Amino acid sequence: MDVFSKPKFFTTSTKGENAELLVELNSEYRERRKDAVKRVIANMTVGKDVSSLFPQVVKNMQTEDLEMKKLVYLYLMNYAKSNPDLVILAVNTFVRDTDHLNPLIRALAIRTMGCIRVDKILDHVCEPLKKCLQDDNPYVRKTAALAVAKLWDLDQERARENGFVEILQELLSDSTPMVVANAVTALAEMQESATIDNGGDVFVVNVVTMNKMLAALNECTEWGQIAILTSLADYRPVDSKEAENICERVVPRLSHANGSVVLSSIRVIMMYMRYLKNDDFVKALIKKMSPPLVSLLASPPEVQYVALRNINLILQKRPDILQNDVRVFFCKYNDPPYVKREKLEIIIKLSNGRNIDQVLSELKEYASEVDVDFVRKAVRAIGRCAIMIDEASERCVNVLLDLINTKVNYVVQEAIIVIKDIFRKYPQRYEAIIPTLCQNLDSLDEPEAKGSLIWILGEYAERIENAVELIESFLETFLEENSQVQLQLLTATVKLFLKKPSQSQELVHRVLQTATQEIDNPDTRDRAYVYWRLLSTDPQAAKAVVLSEKPPISVESGGGTGATGSGRGPSNGLAGVSRIAPGLMDELICNISTLASVYHKPPRAFLGNKAFSADAVRKAAVEDAKDEEQIAGEDAPVPGSAAAAAPKNAMADLLDLDFGSAEPQVPAYSSPPVSGTRAPANYNADLFGLSSDMGNMSGAFGGSNGLQNNMNGGNSASGSNGNLFGDLGGFGGFGQSPPLSQNQQHQQPQSTPQNTQSSAVNDLLDLL
Amino acid sequence: MISALFIYNQKGEVLISRLYRQDLKRSIADIFRIQVISNTDVRSPIITLGSTSFFHVRHENLYIVALTKWNANAALIFEFCYRVINVGRSYFGKFDEESVKANFVLIYELLDEVLDFGYPQNSEADTLKMYITTESVKSERAIKEDSAKITIQATGATSWRRSDVKYRKNEAFIDVIESVNLLLSTQGNVLRADVAGQIMMRAYLSGTPECKFGLNDKVLLEKDPNNRRKTSNTVEIDDCQFHQCVKLGKFDSDRTISFIPPDGEFELMRYRTSDNINLPFRVHPVVTEIGKSKIEYKILVKANFSSKLNANNVVLTIPTPLNTAGVTCSVSAGKAKYVPAENSIVWKIARFQGQSEYMLTGEADLTAMTHKKAWSRPPISMDFQVLMFTSSGLLVRFLKVFEKNNYQSVKWVRYMTKAGNYQIRF
Repeated sequence: MDVFSKPKFFTTSTKGENAELLVELNSEYRERRKDAVKRVIANMTVGKDVSSLFPQVVKNMQTEDLEMKKLVYLYLMNYAKSNPDLVILAVNTFVRDTDHLNPLIRALAIRTMGCIRVDKILDHVCEPLKKCLQDDNPYVRKTAALAVAKLWDLDQERARENGFVEILQELLSDSTPMVVANAVTALAEMQESATIDNGGDVFVVNVVTMNKMLAALNECTEWGQIAILTSLADYRPVDSKEAENICERVVPRLSHANGSVVLSSIRVIMMYMRYLKNDDFVKALIKKMSPPLVSLLASPPEVQYVALRNINLILQKRPDILQNDVRVFFCKYNDPPYVKREKLEIIIKLSNGRNIDQVLSELKEYASEVDVDFVRKAVRAIGRCAIMIDEASERCVNVLLDLINTKVNYVVQEAIIVIKDIFRKYPQRYEAIIPTLCQNLDSLDEPEAKGSLIWILGEYAERIENAVELIESFLETFLEENSQVQLQLLTATVKLFLKKPSQSQELVHRVLQTATQEIDNPDTRDRAYVYWRLLSTDPQAAKAVVLSEKPPISVESGGGTGATGSGRGPSNGLAGVSRIAPGLMDELICNISTLASVYHKPPRAFLGNKAFSADAVRKAAVEDAKDEEQIAGEDAPVPGSAAAAAPKNAMADLLDLDFGSAEPQVPAYSSPPVSGTRAPANYNADLFGLSSDMGNMSGAFGGSNGLQNNMNGGNSASGSNGNLFGDLGGFGGFGQSPPLSQNQQHQQPQSTPQNTQSSAVNDLLDLL
Repeated sequence: MISALFIYNQKGEVLISRLYRQDLKRSIADIFRIQVISNTDVRSPIITLGSTSFFHVRHENLYIVALTKWNANAALIFEFCYRVINVGRSYFGKFDEESVKANFVLIYELLDEVLDFGYPQNSEADTLKMYITTESVKSERAIKEDSAKITIQATGATSWRRSDVKYRKNEAFIDVIESVNLLLSTQGNVLRADVAGQIMMRAYLSGTPECKFGLNDKVLLEKDPNNRRKTSNTVEIDDCQFHQCVKLGKFDSDRTISFIPPDGEFELMRYRTSDNINLPFRVHPVVTEIGKSKIEYKILVKANFSSKLNANNVVLTIPTPLNTAGVTCSVSAGKAKYVPAENSIVWKIARFQGQSEYMLTGEADLTAMTHKKAWSRPPISMDFQVLMFTSSGLLVRFLKVFEKNNYQSVKWVRYMTKAGNYQIRF
């Protein structure tokens, strides 16, 4: 023992390490053999190939030394697949071990056997497994229960033929709660892959099984409780009374120290709530759910994060929860960024007329932090509050002005973007602040902020004395600007011309000329053509179109504002509140605490499950996107998700290649912004962000399709005298929407006939 | 539903890799290293690449990473990762790269036991210690006899306790430890103040004792018609969570806390209150920026608790701007010095008597900066411990032990309040 007391297992290898190990493994001394096995395992861990030592390692399996046995088993599980013929050497020992006096060894043998995925061993598994399922010792039984699921995974038919399904179902009545829990776990997993061809369902939660599970719930381990709670969620109560009873049995779990038990209980309660008819009971339940949800914020940050994502979800389903608790969501200075971001989302959701002062001073505090991303989000949040809570809008604007006065570059830019949306929501109310905004012209270098200010200039040109000079100064760099800014400049100049024709005739002429002759971007160029034509044909109509009333916006992505007639919902960039469609919502409620609830996406959207082909997944994603848009009330880029995923797809490919199977290529998801990947919380916003990367291409489509939409939709702001006007009217509306709505402009043609039609129009325009 | 568990060091080297499912290959470990460990801008603990989701938790110099290809229970996976850390700490004292490397065989053994086919099994360190032991040189007979008992107990209804515990002297120690969280606004208003309490118990009791535990819980005491004292001395508990030994059903129905304790030390319950918090310390900071080259600090701290009590290890961390060149300061008690690495003045007061107050005055000289970004003024944070004081006013009313042998037992209670997130904005 002395010699080997401090062996270094992770030493760097010399050339013939395997050869050396081979000698050691055959040593006559037990300790040396054991150390050799340890070194083999160490090598395996770091990824070296030690499969050639298979026979020598397996030889050491027959030992009374439990530690040694476990090591050899571990090795076997890893390399059995690469040496299927040799595994048979081990079978005898396994079978003998399942008869061992020591229950730990019996359990170990049956547990390991299940993990060896070699067909040959299956013939030998069934008998010992049957024995172990009926073992006197609960520890062996609970291990065997899971072993059935392992066997099922390998060979469903064999598992059915041998009657394991029935045995497992009997185990639901076992006297030991942990055995019941594992039987539930195994059955639930098997049910997921059970097919009708193979004999149908294996686990249907009915009154009998439900009562058995409830009985075991109180006494099994925390993990067992989760398994049971998860299966309970599958049960459909017959009536309100029964749902009430079950909820009452589940409610005490909310005091469990383990956060995942709490969340799993909340899932059950939330799901059963829809069967409850007694309103008082529902109210009481909601009251009981709030404190445990708040307590989850004392968990480690990762658990907090999952909890916060779920709270976000629950708040959308049940806005009456946590109403007085906004303060507990205030960020701590040292919270990790992902927790802060989620807290911010929830603060916005919980803010109302009563607590807005508190919320605002908190948001202002955040706006002075160091994390730029978070600061921007905080500024946006202030804008969202302004739009959401009418009576607080003035206070919000004041806070924004304070922030602009700090002169911190990115804060100023973000504030201007936000103020543009406030102007849209409350036209004519805050024009007094325009001069303050104009003082910051020079510090704007981001296209979005620049575009926002230009939009404000154009919109309020008649009230800004030096509007002409200001716009002129922007136009000096017209050709170098980002296309988003170009579009805004174009529209603003036209607006300026319509409002102050005498001062800007020359200006508008120059802009239109530059845009049509020197710019290759079809989006900008075509818009210039449209304006030109419009202005030269009928200035009155142009006025009606370009200066027409804009649809109002709201934080809920402007849904249901009746704005759809114009074909462009208002900007969603600011709002960014991804409202979840009711159908999806119900699905997500069924998935509380799971990955789906973290991503706010249905599981099929991010799981490359075998049940879904790549196409199906993509289609599903597209459908979800559609759902979201319907709620959002905007016809935003449907295939955006697929397009946005493109850059990441390469990696997904690599990953899946790595697994050596033809896995579907699924877009890479990641919870909120891991750089480059997509964030579900701001799903819309980010998606658009990505699609704008491909600005040129989709912009072109967007332009033509936007026109198309209006042709069909018939938003004739001008009163549609004549066909051409109808069309152009649509275009005009499009031109006016504030800078951000660039997002909405990127539509891809949805069907071919439309496509050809619109490209025909395009051609026409080109001829002009 | 955990498909694999990996432990990496900070460099991204795999220290432990255990696959539970066949749906992935070992080489997936590289993907995590490339995408997360070598990536400087990782902003989420969950990342899904392709169809594989990676959950990671950092501890000491380790990454504990769980992988799944399912729509797994995310909360469960994180709770489990922390449980792995706890088990590791309980076994090795410290769970870091060194201890993982030194004990990797044992860790594999543990991982085999706590997760089966990706489903968590028993993860209580105390239970695991009964049959996964560090010294493998145990007589073979003993194992055989023991293990039957051990396994029955490990799966039973009181899996946390052996039945044959014996003590000559039966004692139970209760520690009430409260962490006060405070966030004070620039104007001195309380933005949030709450207490996260923890009741730790060390039970050295023979046999299978049934314990009943009572607090001055408002809900409970107000329900009792015989109780005359009424609201004066009670605490409103917002929420509490219990160790798995506590009978939750019973608490839910009549708010009594009854349990059969594990042997030795454990956390009996955690609670949260936000009502009537006694803040042990008040801080009045006056921080003025004088021009662009100087900042003046005047910080006053006052102890709000009874003068009979003392606070220990009081530390105030007062932030200074990044471009601080030097600080001069004087204090009326303790020691204060500028710590450039933390960008702050650290003021330590070893003993702080109740009702007394101390003052720090100082100046920070700033170097000129080309970049004129405003200073973000991070909050002052505070650390302290006050013995025999609870911010919430919580008291232990009784601990009753019932055992069939009817022995006498001695109980001890201790209270302590310490700083949680005690932050003062200025």
